[in-house]
Amino acid sequence: MLLQVSDLAVNYGVIHAVKGVSFDVNEGEIVSLIGANGAGKTTILKTISGLMRPASGKIIYEGKEIQNKKSQKIVADGISQVPEGRHIFPGLSVLENLQMGAFLRKDRDGVKADYAMVFERFPVLKERRDQDAATLSGGEQQMLAMGRALMAKPKLLLMDEPSMGLAPIFINEIFDIIQAIKKQGTTVLLIEQNASKALSIADRGYVLSTGNIILSGTGKELLANDEVQKAYLGG
Amino acid sequence: MHTVLQQLVNGLSLGSIYALLALGYTMVYGIIKLINFAHGDIYMLGAFWGYYVINQWHFSFWPALISAMVFCALAGVIIEYLAYRPLRNSPRIAALITAIGVSFLLENGMSYLFSSNVRSFPQVIAVKQYHLGSVTISNIQLLILVVSIVLMILLQLIIKETKMGKAMRAVSVDADAAQLIGINIDRTISFTFALGSALAGAAGVLIGLYYNSIDPLMGMTPGIKAFVAAVLGGIGLIPGAALGGFVIGLIETAVQALGFSAFKDAVVYAVLILILLVRPAGILGKNVKEKV
Repeated sequence: MLLQVSDLAVNYGVIHAVKGVSFDVNEGEIVSLIGANGAGKTTILKTISGLMRPASGKIIYEGKEIQNKKSQKIVADGISQVPEGRHIFPGLSVLENLQMGAFLRKDRDGVKADYAMVFERFPVLKERRDQDAATLSGGEQQMLAMGRALMAKPKLLLMDEPSMGLAPIFINEIFDIIQAIKKQGTTVLLIEQNASKALSIADRGYVLSTGNIILSGTGKELLANDEVQKAYLGG
Repeated sequence: MHTVLQQLVNGLSLGSIYALLALGYTMVYGIIKLINFAHGDIYMLGAFWGYYVINQWHFSFWPALISAMVFCALAGVIIEYLAYRPLRNSPRIAALITAIGVSFLLENGMSYLFSSNVRSFPQVIAVKQYHLGSVTISNIQLLILVVSIVLMILLQLIIKETKMGKAMRAVSVDADAAQLIGINIDRTISFTFALGSALAGAAGVLIGLYYNSIDPLMGMTPGIKAFVAAVLGGIGLIPGAALGGFVIGLIETAVQALGFSAFKDAVVYAVLILILLVRPAGILGKNVKEKV
């Protein structure tokens, strides 16, 4: 097991955003957490990345508890995140954004190879490498955010709503790329409101509602589930 | 005409000191949204360091300047670590008040340790006047201009080209995203304080040479004027701080030349009020729209 979240509770001030959630991610999987707005998905990812501290519970990554580690340590251990809303660095060029993704790495040759890998995966980033990242379109910014996270050479990639606000043509492309990333050996934990897409590429999934996990299963099982159909797939 | 040119020379020399100071304000504001009111006192520390090493250790100008920059960089990093870092997640007003407290501590601490007397700064470089037509420029003025411009170019190179400089820009636009990909926020903030404080230290030694007198409260007024310069150019913007510094220097000199010396400080504060009323984002600032 690569990541094990057990009985995690996180508060925003007085609000209990996550109320005792447990799930796990195995090496090589795509795991999707789906749920409506405010279900606590983003809070879970922020807590895994060390931006928020849990009120209780444990996050175990490669057998070690990480819930009290600093975020840069967590990235160094191999977890990087593509945040919701992309959050690329405006004012920095595309290349500089990618360079920041490799901030902690000392292996120059490996970094060089990964630039090539990212440019191969996202040719548009290569074309625009010297452009201010703020001038990219939404879909291109999403690709840059993914490329930047990949530059950290993660074992586990956390993705927060990668399809949000994108044109349908980009959404398909992004999900294809997520599958390609998995094939290259990176494990993916994906959270999405676009439940049908997220579950169709997932090995396993969990359904989150108001801070609790209410359902779990393989991606196919959840897609076929009546409750999921009704609540999240508009069926 | 020659008066105008002469005042331009004087204004640019003074302005480059303000510019060096304003850069520190604006960099710190850019990265942690704190108006570091103790910044003017770092400049005072730089001047005292220069005074001490020239008198006691017989340093010449360049070693005095460079050691003052290193000393102030360390002072800035220590102040950030002890005073501001514990308040990183507190409301901004708490850090602001702490900055004022640090400023008082440095001013009064130095007065207590070294007395509040005005001292004359050792003149390590003999003053020479050059006459270019009807305009007189001293070697000290030239030195101030050249050193300031070289430091500003170096700063620009550091921020544009080095990894830490890029990290500074990344953290200042989006600290959370920077953390998610492993940028060390604490180290980046320390680096920012070191850079800004080093520039203030250089400004302190240069002003000691120029005005020939230093005292523990010497940082107050230039500190506030440099803050005005940073706001005038657009707080958080590095080119804005340099521009604002030169503009404030020129305005102040012009007011003096017109015979209103008594109002030279008041005019600078009037500029602050005016800019806040008319163009609060500053000359180079854009009106920020939140992008969702």
